Amino acid sequence: MTDACLTFRDLTLGYNSHPAVHHLNGSVKAGSLTAVVGANGSGKSTLMKGIVGVLKPMAGSCSNVRNARIAYLPQQSELDRTFPARVVDLVSLGLWPRRGLLGRYSQQDRDEVSRALMAVGLKGFEKRPIDTLSGGQLQRALFARVLVQDAELILLDEPFNAVDAKTIGDLVQLIKRWHGESRTVMVVVHDLDLVREHFPETLLLARNPIAWGATKETLRPENLLRARRFDEAWHENAPWCEPDHGHTDGHAHAHDGHHHHEHGETHDFPDHESGPRAA
Amino acid sequence: MYDFLIAPFLEFGFMQRALGGSLMLSLGACPVGVFLMLRRMSLTGDAMAHAILPGAAVGFLFFGLQIVPMTIGGLIAGVIVAMGAGAVSRFTVQKEDASMAAFYLISLALGVLMVSLRGSSVDLMHVLFGTVLALNNEALGLIAAISVITLITLVIFWRAIVAECLDPLFLRSVSGLGMPVHFIFLGLVVLNLVGGFQALGTLLSVGLMMLPAAAARFWSTRVEPMCVLAVLIGFGSCIAGLLLSYHAALPSGPAIILSAGFVYLVSTVFGTRGVINMRMRRHHHRTA
Repeated sequence: MTDACLTFRDLTLGYNSHPAVHHLNGSVKAGSLTAVVGANGSGKSTLMKGIVGVLKPMAGSCSNVRNARIAYLPQQSELDRTFPARVVDLVSLGLWPRRGLLGRYSQQDRDEVSRALMAVGLKGFEKRPIDTLSGGQLQRALFARVLVQDAELILLDEPFNAVDAKTIGDLVQLIKRWHGESRTVMVVVHDLDLVREHFPETLLLARNPIAWGATKETLRPENLLRARRFDEAWHENAPWCEPDHGHTDGHAHAHDGHHHHEHGETHDFPDHESGPRAA
Repeated sequence: MYDFLIAPFLEFGFMQRALGGSLMLSLGACPVGVFLMLRRMSLTGDAMAHAILPGAAVGFLFFGLQIVPMTIGGLIAGVIVAMGAGAVSRFTVQKEDASMAAFYLISLALGVLMVSLRGSSVDLMHVLFGTVLALNNEALGLIAAISVITLITLVIFWRAIVAECLDPLFLRSVSGLGMPVHFIFLGLVVLNLVGGFQALGTLLSVGLMMLPAAAARFWSTRVEPMCVLAVLIGFGSCIAGLLLSYHAALPSGPAIILSAGFVYLVSTVFGTRGVINMRMRRHHHRTA
């Protein structure tokens, strides 16, 4: 697989011995645009954190095959909005991968920051303190920072929350532009219509991967139904997931040891490029 | 006027030393205070100041009232508490305020215990409140070294420290510097508190760190000017405090801190982001 950007091998991520992403296998093609969908608690954000590396896998691995530079826009930013910084300071943080700790910002860098602000429609906002921005404006500023980061792999976690329709349109155009520049983009989205319209590929999660592949195939009603039936809660007395079960039919590090089994779901995708397994 | 403002510093060596020491102290401690405040760790400085006590006490126990052993002891105690509290908060679910409180209270109790094992309450007062008017060459050299180290470290790590305050998760996603910078910063806090405790005492040294920073917040919306302004306010407070102490025969440490406190109170009311301005502006606004 020469064109893989990310490869997951039996990846399990979670908190306190409970898996949030369970035995994920497969790879994300370089230059692909993938929507990650699923109910609350289905492991979308957790997967993002695992890819960035702020959360270490409980089992398996997630490898950044080409050592791609990553830009990550988290769902719950730890951004301190009361910090006395201007919009331009915030967006300039995106220069870090290039300039690091001590490199001076050149005129070219500054131009790039202005261009990024223009691209998200925040021209003239350079000097504004960040605590005067609205939620949607701040989100656009963060998009501008991603633009400046010039990353090969872009991870956006629910970037359209609290954003108005017009802005969503603008941001989707930006995402498509990245796709056009053959960057690899993964976006957590809730709006399935949006996904159908703009995203070629989709990963449907319900702790276990339900389906992964072309959007039209993945979002078939039976897959959505299975995703919807997933039990969000953790069960303290769930059986331990044994390693040798990982690839076959076994479940759960502390998985909800009941009504899931009846589906006999195949949650391994050795290579999803061979087509989605819609069970 | 000359007699009142300048003569005391020209005529008395101890006043010159006090002035030099406290100004150098402001140079390093005030910018550190700005970042402490912006990270909502203002009270952490206070906790750290208490945490230094047992280290200083150990130095005092073995060597008597001498600056170098007490400083080194304070430094070690401060670093242990800062690293311990920082580590607990980074590696467990407990937040830094709780772990810091736990560590500094243990440390403080140990310190009081050790001071009382030997020495009188006069000595304890000395450690707690300092003597800026009795700075010797050793102490001045130490303070100078600390402010130079602080300024150099701040310049080198400036971008990372700002990023760690502004968006820590972003810094973690692009660089491995997040955690080291946090500890380096805590190290600077300890270093400056230790530098201050000979002059101002363990309890008041945090005052020169926090009050100018808190006052500067009312005048600026950007970090760089805020740090410069904090240093200037620190300078002013030191000069005013020393003069006050000289003319009115008041203890110098509290006089310096009270001067800074006065600037703070004035700033809260009259600062560009103070009470009056924020209230006045409400009555007229632009169209867009």
